[in-house]
Parts: sequence; C-alpha cells; structure tokens
Amino acid sequence: MPRPSVRPVVPPAHRVQLLVATRKGLWVLSSDIARRGWTLAGPHFLGHIVHHAVADPRDGRTWLAAARTGHLGPTVFRSMNRGRTWKEAKQPPAFRSGSGRAVDHTFWLTPAHASQPGVWYAGTSPQGLFRSDDGGATWGGVDGFNDHPRRAAWCGDDKAGTPDGGKLHSILVDPRDPAHLLIGLSSGGVFESTSAGADWRPINQGVRADFLPDPAPEFGHDPHCLRFAAGNPDRIYQQNHCGLYRLDRPGDTWTDIGAGMPKSVGDVGFPLVAHPSEPDTLWVFPMDGTDVWPRVSPGGRPAAYRSLDGGRSWRRQDTGFPARDAWWTVKRQAMTIDGRSPAGVYVGTTSGEVWGSRDEGRTWRGLARHLPEIYAVEVA
Amino acid sequence: MLQGMAKATIEAGALVRVRIPSPLRSYTDGADEVVVALPVLAPEHPPTLVAVLAALEQKHRGLRFRIIDEQGRVRPHIKLFVGLDLARDLDVYVPPDRDVMIVAALSGG
Repeated sequence: MPRPSVRPVVPPAHRVQLLVATRKGLWVLSSDIARRGWTLAGPHFLGHIVHHAVADPRDGRTWLAAARTGHLGPTVFRSMNRGRTWKEAKQPPAFRSGSGRAVDHTFWLTPAHASQPGVWYAGTSPQGLFRSDDGGATWGGVDGFNDHPRRAAWCGDDKAGTPDGGKLHSILVDPRDPAHLLIGLSSGGVFESTSAGADWRPINQGVRADFLPDPAPEFGHDPHCLRFAAGNPDRIYQQNHCGLYRLDRPGDTWTDIGAGMPKSVGDVGFPLVAHPSEPDTLWVFPMDGTDVWPRVSPGGRPAAYRSLDGGRSWRRQDTGFPARDAWWTVKRQAMTIDGRSPAGVYVGTTSGEVWGSRDEGRTWRGLARHLPEIYAVEVA
Repeated sequence: MLQGMAKATIEAGALVRVRIPSPLRSYTDGADEVVVALPVLAPEHPPTLVAVLAALEQKHRGLRFRIIDEQGRVRPHIKLFVGLDLARDLDVYVPPDRDVMIVAALSGG
C-alpha cells in the first residue's frame, strides 16, 4: 500500500512567524510577505504558563515550549512540524535525585551549536543548567554547573532572592566553538565555560551591583539579558539591573554603555536585542528603575532605544507607540528581531500586546492585543 | 467501588482507584479516575502511596513528575488523600477499598 504523502515542513520563506509565550498559553503570529498583515493562531496549551518557546534554526521545523501548569510540575513540549502537533518531553529538566533541589520551571531555551543538531540547553528556576541531546525529548543536568562546588556561593540560597526565584537565562553558544558557553544568573552574574559546561568562572568585572554591600563584587550581580554582537562573538552586550554594558574580548572587564541614555529615561530595562548583521547596532526597551522599581515605561511613554555605535550613543524610537498613559512592561525574553532586511523588531508587553517595526524601530504598529501576560516573543 | 472484581484477583494483588483532577486528565485520556493493580506482599502490608504512584506512572507516563518533584516530595499546592485522610508523606499505606485522590489547589490567576 503506498505510503501517504507527507506535507513537507519548511519554514516560511517570505513571511515572519512569532512565537508568543504567555501566562495562559502559546500563540503564533504570522505575517504576510510584506510584514504588514498579521494573523494570530492559537492558543496551544491553553491555561498553561509558557515561559519560553523557541524554534530550532538548524532544522527549520522543531519548536520547543517550556511550560508549567498551575500548581503542577514543569515540563517541555516539543513539535517536529512547526506547531502542528506536540508531544511532551519524556524526561523534563530535573535536578539530580538526592541534591535536595527541585526545578520550579524551565525559564530559558537555547538551541546548541550548529554542529550539534538536536542538542539544546535549558536554564531553570531555581538556577540550573540542563542539556538535551535528542531534540528536547529527554534532559540531563549539566553537572559542571549544577554540582559545581561554588554554585551555592555564586547563586545564593534557592529560597532566597526574588519571590519568583532566581533564573538561569541568556544561554549563549559561541558560533565558533560549541564548548564555549556563557550564561546569565539573575542571582549571580555572568559566567563563562570553555569546556562545554564542565567548569565555569564569573566574568563580572566592571559591572555594578549597587544593591550589594560591595558594589563591585566578583559575583552576585543581576544580569537581565545577554546577546552576542552580530557576526562577532568576541563582543557581548548586557542589560543589567544596574545598567548597560559591553564586553570586548579578549578583555574580561565590561564597559558601561548606559551613560549615553537620557537621565530622564535611565539605563535599566529587561530585554536587549542585537541586529542580525550589524555588530554595532542594538536595541533596549527601558523601564522605570527609580525608588520602588515600578518596571514600567518611564513616564508612561514607551520607547525603544537604538544604538548604532556599540552603545556610545542612543536614539529614541517611539513613532507609533502611545504617546502617554501606556505603562508597559516588556520582559527580558519579550523583545526579538527577525533576520530580514530591513530588520523587523518586535516587543510583547505584560498587558498582552505585541508591537512590531518593519524598519528597524523607526516606526511601530500594534500587531496583536488582548492576549494574556506575555512572557516571551521569539522569531520562529 | 471495587465489588464485583474476581475474588482471586483481589487476593493476588490490590486494585486501587486513583481519582484524577482535571489538570492531569491529559495523561489519562480524559479519565477522571483510573484503577491500578499492585502486588500485595501480605494482608497486613497493603501497598504504600509510593507503590500506587509508581503503578500510576507505569500506566500514565509523565503524570508523577507533575505532582511529585525529583526529590520525591509532593509538590507545593498538591495534596494526596487516602480515603478521607490527608497523606503527610508517601510511605503511608493504602488500605483495601480506600481510594487515592490527587487534589490540586484551587488557587490561580
């Protein structure tokens, strides 16, 4: 009997798809060729908290979604056909039995090096690092981090810190070397491994930690988001709780690049995105970090800020955004950029709106609204 | 109730009914209760909750990790009842003709 033909799963050649992970499920926004018209599909996993949904650029068809359902334990869902069907991971990220630790949720997903198809990394809360070698079906701990003799000192107590727990995020894989990894610990700082995770060291020199007794400690910082510069993994950009920074290797000391932001806006925020092909271009989405840390758009006037010179200077981009009374919060995973030219930049707010720019931030328009609280937006 | 089951079956092992809350029914094909079979070593040693959950996991893979963490602890806001009694740990016995009920807290938002 002839086998039924299977419709090939290929990424859309001339349109953009966004994976919008929310507190109540996963939605998919798809554009037309011109990125003018957008359609919303979903939800997948209605009622589940989806912390992060990421597409695998190596095969063009695998999507992973890190989810947690109400009071139930965490899991990872996998699709091998761009979201048509999903299966649950057989063995989600979980700490070693006997360690005393339990994963509350998987917070961050990163596909590994291009030479490692099917390998993924996951960062969790409490802070832990996990790896899958089978496309997300099963996960094991990266013992070099989770069982590192200094991990508890770096991260602090799992029960201390912010009410929703410290998070391991911004897992960067050097495109030149699969063994070269960087991670962000929301309670701990930036750490680097050159041994595929077997050992780690903090790299936080130059980054302030104003909330600690020692404002320049070796670790204990609160990085919010890390990104490689386009085509230049020897440059890393960081949005931190205490400002904006750039690291140029082989140095180990970060340079403060927040001084060029207007004082009325400040240099704090959650997300940071780097241009896909221009290493000196990046965007941030500032938030109010004064007094009690409202974490909303300063003055109720949302804006992205773009730098074309590696952070030496910044330009406000708000055309199309509400001019007032828009108290937005954009979480660290809820800003992304597509690979088109000109690049499209997208943000998702905790008030359930997705906004996009087709012209690298010069103008913005709303793409979707009335969604639940948005945790992450990624290009699929 | 388990009446009507073959007497020989009950003597050779235990059949325990587990009541499933709605968030977990995706693991049981929508069933709000499942019955698991467990060996009984001796009448005075009925199966424990540990064994019941292990049997449940064999039938409905993935369910256990959603209610029990990797250290074998009941997750916060999850409660397990044996009959009408709240189980404080997983080593409690499940006497004959007692149901196990998994309860997820009603809070949310």
